[in-house]
Amino acid sequence: MTMQAIGKPHSRVDGRAKVTGGARYAAEFNQPDQLYAVVVGSTVGLGRILRIDAGAVAQMPGVRAVISHLNAPRLAYQPHKGGTDPANGERLHVLQDDQVRFYGQPVAVIVADSLDHAERAAAALAVSYAGETPVVDPLDAKVQPVAPQAGRAGADRSRGDADAAFAAAPVTVEASFDMARENHTPMEPHATIAAWSGDRLTLWSKSQFVVNEQAEIAAIFGMPAANVQVICPFVGGGFGTSLRTWPHVTLAAIAARQVGRPVKLVLTRRQMFHTTGHRPRTLQRVALGATTDGRLTSLIHEGSGETSRYEQFVEALTSTSGFMYSCPNVRTRYRLLPMDTGTPTFMRGPGEASGMYAVESAIDELSYKLGIDPVELRRRNEPAIDEAEKLPFSSRSLMQCYALGAERFGWASRDPRPRAMRDGRLLIGWGVASASYPCFFSPASARVRLLADGSAEVEAASSDMGPGTYTSMTQVAAETLSLPLDKVRFSLGRSDFPATPSHGGSQTMSSVGSAVRAACLAVQAELAKRAVADRRSQLFGASIDSVEWREGRLSRKGDAAAGPSYSELVTGAGGSPVEAGASAARDAAIAKQYSMHAFGAVFVEVSVDPDLGLVRLRRAVGAYGAGRIVNPKLATSQCIGGMVGGLGMALMERTALDPRDGRPVNAHMGDYLVPVNLDVPHLEAHFVEEQDPHVNPLGVKGLGEVALVGMAPAIANAVFHATGKRVRELPIRIENLLDV
Amino acid sequence: MIPFTLQKVLTEAEAIAAAGQGGRYIAGGTTLIDLMREEVERPEKLVDINALPIKHIRAEGGDLVIGALARMSEVAAHPETQRLQPLIAETLVEGASPQLRNVASIGGNLLQRCRCPFFRMLDAGCNKRAPGTGCSAIEGLNGGHAILGTSDQCAATHPSDLAVALIALDATMRVTGPGYERSFPVDELFRLPGTTPHLEHTLRPGELIAEIRVPGGPHARRARYLKVRDRSSYEFAVVSAAAALHVEGGIVRDARIACGGVGTRPWRMRAVERALIGKAPDRAAFEAAARQATEGVKPLSGNHYKVELLPRTIVRALEMAGEVA
Repeated sequence: MTMQAIGKPHSRVDGRAKVTGGARYAAEFNQPDQLYAVVVGSTVGLGRILRIDAGAVAQMPGVRAVISHLNAPRLAYQPHKGGTDPANGERLHVLQDDQVRFYGQPVAVIVADSLDHAERAAAALAVSYAGETPVVDPLDAKVQPVAPQAGRAGADRSRGDADAAFAAAPVTVEASFDMARENHTPMEPHATIAAWSGDRLTLWSKSQFVVNEQAEIAAIFGMPAANVQVICPFVGGGFGTSLRTWPHVTLAAIAARQVGRPVKLVLTRRQMFHTTGHRPRTLQRVALGATTDGRLTSLIHEGSGETSRYEQFVEALTSTSGFMYSCPNVRTRYRLLPMDTGTPTFMRGPGEASGMYAVESAIDELSYKLGIDPVELRRRNEPAIDEAEKLPFSSRSLMQCYALGAERFGWASRDPRPRAMRDGRLLIGWGVASASYPCFFSPASARVRLLADGSAEVEAASSDMGPGTYTSMTQVAAETLSLPLDKVRFSLGRSDFPATPSHGGSQTMSSVGSAVRAACLAVQAELAKRAVADRRSQLFGASIDSVEWREGRLSRKGDAAAGPSYSELVTGAGGSPVEAGASAARDAAIAKQYSMHAFGAVFVEVSVDPDLGLVRLRRAVGAYGAGRIVNPKLATSQCIGGMVGGLGMALMERTALDPRDGRPVNAHMGDYLVPVNLDVPHLEAHFVEEQDPHVNPLGVKGLGEVALVGMAPAIANAVFHATGKRVRELPIRIENLLDV
Repeated sequence: MIPFTLQKVLTEAEAIAAAGQGGRYIAGGTTLIDLMREEVERPEKLVDINALPIKHIRAEGGDLVIGALARMSEVAAHPETQRLQPLIAETLVEGASPQLRNVASIGGNLLQRCRCPFFRMLDAGCNKRAPGTGCSAIEGLNGGHAILGTSDQCAATHPSDLAVALIALDATMRVTGPGYERSFPVDELFRLPGTTPHLEHTLRPGELIAEIRVPGGPHARRARYLKVRDRSSYEFAVVSAAAALHVEGGIVRDARIACGGVGTRPWRMRAVERALIGKAPDRAAFEAAARQATEGVKPLSGNHYKVELLPRTIVRALEMAGEVA
């Protein structure tokens, strides 16, 4: 019987360590003789530093260094663009000049012998500015939209004549949407401990992309990447904020070099709202034209998103609009709104979540205009192929998702009329929306060591911010090697491990998983090669093609007798571990043949208290077509987490900026609302059976993003169904619903 | 955090003496420590009063008597609270989070500082934190701010849920000073900001809150608290209302209503109460009376919706109170 690990609902292999405090996070790698650094942020939103009174604080107790642009080393800042850095523009050069580009930008760093001393000096440091009023509101007339300079995700696209078709359509919907800026707000703050040893630098640093942090810091300091080691075995929630290497990492390294001691730097919760990226606020317009029987004739999707003045952050805001629906006339347009803010970054479901909020809301509006059930409307416009790329889908189970979700939710009993469903004085609304996210598969590598005791050690740089990378990779290795789970130890989070892509974009299972599988096959091949060449081996002299691995034993083909085990082979070869590495990448030819995306359908029920304007989510069912599910338990957990994120987007999350100086006013966990347990009702995630041989060798599509996409429009659509009022901004709050 | 000395005291006399030498009392510390970490509060000396024997919760006649050092969670769960003053239990559970309620004291709850975000940001003007530096909220983002009792110096709301209930219930408090005790209505504890928003309460220097007394009465059973907010828990009130009714013979004989989230201090709604007396307790009467609540409101640029929400919250709280058997 073959050992089956993939597809089983195994509990987290690191679960015990996490709940007992055994899992160490970046800030917990305290070093001997360590000092403490605290960042001082700008208190103006735009301008120039006039004076920094470092002398006074340098005399304060315990202070070892006050570092600003006046005395910071001039760093190399060699060109470097990692996979998560904006393609256009240049990253912030920290402490290199007197310019202030946004509120909270680091203008100094204090190093002291204790955190208290560093904090006190940071609070006391007098910095004077020539400040100007920043532009931070996308609706400000001074904002000049610009087209992204390059990049497929941001390109305008058109097929047919969408504007003419819209003008001629018998039924139309045209609506504008405004979605608030969000911050990632993970539990774990950004933290870096930097330690120099000669010209070598070690960083224990919160990162979803350790190999990029290594390359970025090496480029900034003008040193070989081999001299930088980044270590991050655990990430306490990321949602994208740790995909880039933000200025505090550089500051920690500058500080450690200046004082000649290891330095720990942890951002405050407030600083987590300043310099570590955010989901950009977006403004969107959607125009739909349809026949009276509900066939789309025109789909126009125009959107714009915030970016900084020094980088163009591009996300896939309009990209799903080309292939979600069958429609002969489609036009999409994407613009950036440069403002006096830090650069936004990827946040769970980047682009798709915001863009599909607008389009899925508009489709819902159209369903009411047509008098067609919103699920049926989507069925009538389900495309046979990706009409934007003119390629078949590698697999697309959206209609199966709708069927499964509708059945589990009980959608058939919905009264389609707004305000028709009630529970006492509460208005009840049922809403639905589609979700989609691309199946990325970026080049990744891994290595495997087989030990004399028959166990395997597997390594890849990678990261685990919560989805369960440790567990799922252990399962892939166990299955490929036919070993029990407890014979496999998977390690991650070191930049000297085999390189992997960013732990974002729902690509870890596909990319790293494929690499782990390849490395397992490679180590088996290596061991087999040695066995047939080893005089002491019972397989000596056999041709390599005449042996095969069966249930962890190397056996002769056609011979029912089991051959030697890993342990016997490794021991027989002298006992030294046998190691092999391998890489995996998407076949370029396959990529040209198929359009590859995960899909989902989200059904929700909300209640609205019409007197008090209160919306509460009552239940939700998400059905996903995401290829092979490696671990149903973790996948369900990941989907529920994504749905909770979508709930926050729909009803709570909003970073409010003061127009006078650009400060995030609610930069506090008490004021920036994310859902708490009491807000989260019964949530269900279901997976449709989907076999996709094209996406990657494991047939997995990734779940992290698609699980969030679709939730916010489903809730917004349910609010309309409950109230008859279409709120076209997120989050939907009490003050939006006092007139229903 | 700026260094401070910490003195642990065992008696009220010791505490008051220590406070007389410039000490600040600390009990649960859930507000004070938080603000000290941000250097908003900078006490040089803290007087730890947690050992003082004022943690009691008991019935005295029909009154509920609560020692100032009883913890929020203890008071909420106490059988005498639930028997005599279920409104107190309800407001406590609606406040903060379980972790905070396990630590926070009743006396400290009443003296907690405001939640205006600018109060906590040292680089923003705030007359409450630093008199004379201006108010960043009045001309800025103020969707969460007060519509009643504001001045041109401050519009921060008072954050306590408990205080709303205590004021509605005509609770009194006993404080100990150097060589004396005095008692007065909790209502008199809170000041309006006026031109001195940094002065929030009427305690004299060194005075220590010892005890809260909540008088019973026929209204106490028929009393509910409604806290309206976008998040179901761990959020301060957008608008809240405590309502207690005494109904006899189908007529409202007594009504106690106070509101949170709308005033610069917990706000008793006496005009609404007066309008209810002698009326049948139905929605029409509640709506007519609740219209009195917005008399004199001064909304800011971002909080006009509270003017709409305030009477609706009162109506709902009254309906909830009316439903209590």
